[in-house]
Amino acid sequence: MITSYLAILPEILLIILAAIVLVYGRHPKGDRKRGVGLLSSWGVFVVLLVTAGLSFAGVPGEVPQEIWGGMFRNDAFTLVFRTMFVMAALVTCMLTVDVPRLQHGEWYALVMLATVGFNLMAAAGDMIILYLALETASISFYVLSGYATDGRRSPEAGIKYFVYGAFASAVMLYGLSFLYGITGETNISLLTQAVLGNISQPMLLLSTILVVAGFGFKVSAVPFHFWSPDVYEGAPTSTTAILSTASKAAGFAVFLRLFMSGAVGNPSNQNWWVMVVVMSILSMVLGNMAALWQTNIKRLLAYSGIAQAGYLLIGLVTYSVDGTGSILFYLYMYVFTNIAAFGVVILLSRVTGSDEIEDLNGLSRRSPYLAIVMLLALLSLGGIPPAAGFFGKLFIFRAAVEAGFWWLALIGLINAFIALFYYLSVAKHMYLYRSDDEEQPIPVSRAAALALGICTLGILYLGIVPSAVFDWTRLAAQVFF
Amino acid sequence: MQILFIIISAITLVSAVLVVSVRNLFHAALYMMLSFLGVAALYALLESGFMAATQLLVYIGAISILVIFAIMMTRRLMQTTESPFNSQWGMSGFVSASLFVLIGAIVLQVYPLDPAVAGGAPPAEELVTNTVNQLGVAFTSADQLVLPFELASVLLLVALVGSIIIARPDVEAEVEDES
Repeated sequence: MITSYLAILPEILLIILAAIVLVYGRHPKGDRKRGVGLLSSWGVFVVLLVTAGLSFAGVPGEVPQEIWGGMFRNDAFTLVFRTMFVMAALVTCMLTVDVPRLQHGEWYALVMLATVGFNLMAAAGDMIILYLALETASISFYVLSGYATDGRRSPEAGIKYFVYGAFASAVMLYGLSFLYGITGETNISLLTQAVLGNISQPMLLLSTILVVAGFGFKVSAVPFHFWSPDVYEGAPTSTTAILSTASKAAGFAVFLRLFMSGAVGNPSNQNWWVMVVVMSILSMVLGNMAALWQTNIKRLLAYSGIAQAGYLLIGLVTYSVDGTGSILFYLYMYVFTNIAAFGVVILLSRVTGSDEIEDLNGLSRRSPYLAIVMLLALLSLGGIPPAAGFFGKLFIFRAAVEAGFWWLALIGLINAFIALFYYLSVAKHMYLYRSDDEEQPIPVSRAAALALGICTLGILYLGIVPSAVFDWTRLAAQVFF
Repeated sequence: MQILFIIISAITLVSAVLVVSVRNLFHAALYMMLSFLGVAALYALLESGFMAATQLLVYIGAISILVIFAIMMTRRLMQTTESPFNSQWGMSGFVSASLFVLIGAIVLQVYPLDPAVAGGAPPAEELVTNTVNQLGVAFTSADQLVLPFELASVLLLVALVGSIIIARPDVEAEVEDES
């Protein structure tokens, strides 16, 4: 019994922390305005320590457990994603400490409750909890996207995300209800056994298509990507930072949980993977092509995120330990990289008041350290060593070649080169162009500097010694095979 | 039984169509209530008393009333007679219709309408009679639904906090910084 509670201890702590922050952060004045963010950051840091401590103490053990009546799967896969989500929440909270518009208890509390949703999405062993966790995270993010009620763009982003998101949820729920209708089960492992009996049902294919459409929306893969540039641009940048990383990773966690376990049919009988391959290619090509023309840094990163979802889908198609492990590795590198990039945008746009790429002009003279962080993030997104993105792409393409999808890896590789063009053109703005404000450095608080430091260390660590983390993620991937 | 089912379904479907086609928004809300009522009657017909009661209480008792309040408090919406069709209705109608045909064809292929095939075994007696009891026990026992039940309360907390954030007046308009 006690192990059941220990297994969900991080989530319990996050909910308690959210309650504390909500009470403490009521109408903060003066110094306490920063205090809300600092309290949240320390609190999430404790949760991170507890999560790590639990894994050292042997929860989850070697054998995957299904606890709480099969609702919660406690295994290495859960641990990998939970660590990732809590880390993303921590870094985002630290970057937000000095953002005046967001110094409210509610913002941080919603981030924490969304993280609870993410954690339970990754750990879901049952469609009921999977859907509830997904909605908890989604509804938090509808509000977080429309949080800044003073302007027009943020509420617009919130409404857009809400309308598209509610529609995608409904489509996905429709698919899940068909799955339940065919098999009579909601538990994913029981579902898998039931599905193995009657594979070729057209109903199964129909429900798979609906479910894939719903998750395609969550991970913003083409053709379900329309919301992402507008929402990323309009939402407060701190929201975008965690939305573009943790939310996408949670989508992939659920994707993997459902698809790798074979709950929607065995992938080897080639019904649904054609759809995933098409989504992957379209995401890479359209994402990169659209990113070439962007003048707004947040929109550029949104289209780059669509392309990154395309690379990740390659790993999904391979259906192997290496492919799944490389998805997890890629997501880790993506969390550090994208939050670092958005972190620089947060700090910069506080001074400039906008987020155009031209604002980055002369950043290397203005704030050399910020420019280096941004450069590392861009190199990592582009896949150039010594940044982490190089190994992320290498592992995924290698897994694809080994699984016989060399043509898909080739398309990915070509796209990675196209993407370099716009990543490096941002670097060109920072290092070669001049601006009039070069004398005024960008103010960086200690918390934000620490957060960017963590991200930079993460990018470099994953890019120089990737083997430790890759072995860990491969171990987690083995729960499916 | 069959005739009752057809009548109730017809009422549900016709009022559902009217929801999206009448010009007056207030009338649309009333038709929506009628449609919900039809669904509740269908649940009752299928001997799922708890679902029928939930449908009645939540959808008709809470959601429809909220929608009607929202319409009545927005003055402009009460008097609107704008057409609910815009320039894209033909296209979206085509997409919806083809989706309906596709799903319907697949469902009919798997579960044919022939009563001899479709009947199947009737559900066990205790499953039908004791649903509320079973649900109550399931919600509180650790090896059944307690985790989703608790998560649902977190979900409601998120929705509550979120709606307050969206609806609150902007108390800090003096802060010009936007990030």
